Amino acid sequence: MSQTSITLRYFAWMREHTGADAETIDLPDGVTSVGDLLPLLRDRSAGHALALSNMRTVRVAVNRAYGDLDTPVSAGDEVAFFPPVTGG
Amino acid sequence: MSVRVQTEDFDIGVESRALQADSVGGIALFVGTVRGLSSDNGVTAMTLEHYPGMTEGELERIEADAMDRWPLERVTIIHRVGRLLAGEQIVLVATASAHRQAAFDAAQFIMDFLKTDAPFWKAEERDGKTSWVEARDSDTAARDKWHDDSASPSRSGSGD
Repeated sequence: MSQTSITLRYFAWMREHTGADAETIDLPDGVTSVGDLLPLLRDRSAGHALALSNMRTVRVAVNRAYGDLDTPVSAGDEVAFFPPVTGG
Repeated sequence: MSVRVQTEDFDIGVESRALQADSVGGIALFVGTVRGLSSDNGVTAMTLEHYPGMTEGELERIEADAMDRWPLERVTIIHRVGRLLAGEQIVLVATASAHRQAAFDAAQFIMDFLKTDAPFWKAEERDGKTSWVEARDSDTAARDKWHDDSASPSRSGSGD
């Protein structure tokens, strides 16, 4: 992974929509939070747009800790999107 | 402190004995299992997915919170992943303490937070079709009952 990229992770039905469990993208200028990433990710495919269409049903983690749309993102980070959890 | 995420089954006798110690007066064990065909949901199997790395971190955080809150001697959390058939064991929470109340309450606390915070997802097989399980508001409500300062969600006060 280059110094300017971030890793994206998707789980459960979001992974099925995006067609990938992980992908790496270059972090564009001006992207400083998870929320800033969303328009870029929705443009990647129709499946991405569907997966990320209703953020009320999506949870976010940055570097494996829960965050939200305001959580800062910088190069080298791992940003995960997933549905509310259903273990136990 | 012990957290394990694994595909293989676990033996509650082995796990219970592993928590025994001179200072322990009671061990509470909760085992979650896959509800089967004879229940109203008709599930024949389920597949559990998780977020390696984050899962263990969340379980360790929940365990540490429980150990801060109650006088626990030892705790074990085991959660299975992969495909499980109806009737199989999914999760074990075992808490050992000098006295029973801490063991009971801490086990419930750990399960309530595990259900809402640990990144696992279940896909159920029913009539040959697979569907993702949706999170339940009742699980969030069960967790949120712990956010006041009482020792137990069902009781007021913090007595022994």
